[in-house]
Amino acid sequence: MNPRSYFQRFFLRNGRTLGTFILVAVAFWIFIMILMPQIFMVDFSFRHALPPAKVGGAEDVYTLEHYQYAVYGSAKAEGEYNTVDLKVFGRTLLAAIFVTLFDLALCYPIAYYLAQVASGGWGRLMVLSLIVPFWVNEILRAFAFRIMFGTTGVINSALMATGVLDEPYDFIREDWALYAGLGYAFILLMIFPLYNAIESLDKNQIEAARDMGASWLRIHFRVVVPFAKPGISSGCTMVFMLTAGALAAPQILGGPSSLWFTQIVFQWFNQGNNWNRGSAYALILLASTIVMVLIAMRIFKVKLGETIR
Amino acid sequence: MSADVQLDGVWIKFGDFVAARDVNIQIKEGEFFSFLGPSGCGKTTLLRAVSGFLEPSDGTVRIGGDDMAGIGPNKRPTALIFQNLALFPLMTVWENIAFALEVRGVRRAERRKKAEELLELIALPGQGDKMCHELSGGQRQRVAIARALCAEPDVLLLDEPLSALDLKLRQHMRTELRAIQQRVGITFIYITHDQGEALTMSDHVAVMREGIIEQVADGSTLYDRPETAFVASFVGENNLFRGRVAEVTGEQAVVDTNVGPIRARMATHEGEAQLKPHEEAFVFVRPESLKFVNGGEFDNAIQAQIHQQEFEGNLWQVFLDVANSDKRIKMSLVNDGRSLGHETGSDVTIGFKAELAVALPQGPLAAE
Repeated sequence: MNPRSYFQRFFLRNGRTLGTFILVAVAFWIFIMILMPQIFMVDFSFRHALPPAKVGGAEDVYTLEHYQYAVYGSAKAEGEYNTVDLKVFGRTLLAAIFVTLFDLALCYPIAYYLAQVASGGWGRLMVLSLIVPFWVNEILRAFAFRIMFGTTGVINSALMATGVLDEPYDFIREDWALYAGLGYAFILLMIFPLYNAIESLDKNQIEAARDMGASWLRIHFRVVVPFAKPGISSGCTMVFMLTAGALAAPQILGGPSSLWFTQIVFQWFNQGNNWNRGSAYALILLASTIVMVLIAMRIFKVKLGETIR
Repeated sequence: MSADVQLDGVWIKFGDFVAARDVNIQIKEGEFFSFLGPSGCGKTTLLRAVSGFLEPSDGTVRIGGDDMAGIGPNKRPTALIFQNLALFPLMTVWENIAFALEVRGVRRAERRKKAEELLELIALPGQGDKMCHELSGGQRQRVAIARALCAEPDVLLLDEPLSALDLKLRQHMRTELRAIQQRVGITFIYITHDQGEALTMSDHVAVMREGIIEQVADGSTLYDRPETAFVASFVGENNLFRGRVAEVTGEQAVVDTNVGPIRARMATHEGEAQLKPHEEAFVFVRPESLKFVNGGEFDNAIQAQIHQQEFEGNLWQVFLDVANSDKRIKMSLVNDGRSLGHETGSDVTIGFKAELAVALPQGPLAAE
């Protein structure tokens, strides 16, 4: 179909006013909100950080300077790497994987219970009680965790009162508070894709497997998990990407000696006043997480289309 | 091991709702036994109690003499075929069939071999590597049977497994199911609301209404000698006349109805006549028992007017108006190649023999 007749048909079906609105809204969304900021970031990341007066001048040329810095630092010597930033980068990705797996392990039983076991009002009440805490601001929630995990917080008090600990344990210095906060921050994005996937599983299939003598473990690994795979991959992708890119929780809950990679990005933008380097760092994180997700999808034989479903 | 299935005084309640009411049934090993009843009569609930997905509120379920209380569905010698089959969509056909063996830790090569044998049995040889959605409805049906048989159950439970198929396939699968049952020789317990299925396949049929077993008998007994008004009205077609017993003589009763006195055979329950004079009664007469009176010998004769005649090929269906009733009488006559000899609208006399009519105590009827 040629574009001309396509547009004619489009306006015929939707009317002139609505049709125009849809076109403008979609164009605004794609170009202004999605493409342009990313394109600016990419462009930024390949330019020198220059004072405003020199922007657009003779020195404003494309460079790989910021990417080189991320890998090699300001090293003068050959074979020396930017170990500080690279360590943080590796640790961030590793911790994001850990948080994702932890969320999956935590949410799968909850989602299964909500989708297949709980019935009617009770199930709805549980869903509501999962959602309501997220009406509270993200930063407030992070501070609440900080208080909870603090040396005089509820958890330390309880552990000491029951005699498990003799003196308070520094959950914040040891990053437990950070992992707990990150794990909780995006938990809904794990539960709901899982819930949607498991909910559409025919109960009879579980009963059929049970009738043929299967244990609960086998029923889950052979019947429920394969069926829920698109939901699992969707939830894991979301949680992993958002955890790796989280800022509020690491800022508030991170121990004094640990940095999240996004905090370095933030520092380049904010304190370092080097937006170009910040952009390069942000793009490195984005590209790496995307590659990791694609590799994971390849390993677990999930198609991108299934994940979005 | 013997695989008799025995239900002793089984009650199943959900809150105030009673799904099964004092059910006592004995099913012999190797029998094809059906529960027949309208939807919501509790037949599926009973099946779930046999398979172990449900514990009866009262009474015992025995399989092979063993009390099944507290034994889960995965530990019972039963296999259930679900109404929607519940095949695993992400497994191949052979993996589906051999799932019960996988559960028991049987090696892959052996599972594959057994699956091939069963594919042979259900006449789908060499189709093991297909996915279930690549098969037709009837083929999927047979895969579900093979999957259940693979567990080598003593009792196979079938929950309306043919209801999703079209008419032709359904009739074909009836023969197929019966043949498979005779080949493997295990007990089949079959749930259906389709009396055609129940009557053609089963050794015995239990007719259920609202959690109560109305009658247990073989097909022809159910059809010819119903013991309750519900069975008479649910199984096959019947013309119903309401009335009061005028007189009882031996095995027969004369019932005064709106079309005059009708002489009919009295139904017996455990050898005892169920009617006494002056009691309210129903008289049922099958459409095929009615004939035009052309001088033949009949115990009963009714004056009627032909309302409509429908030609069905092998049968003529004749609908007749009678005085004092807005319910029409239906008469089925075999098409013997000659015309009926009566015009629509003409007055006729129809008759039937007393032993072809049955008089029963009044009771609940099947919904029309």
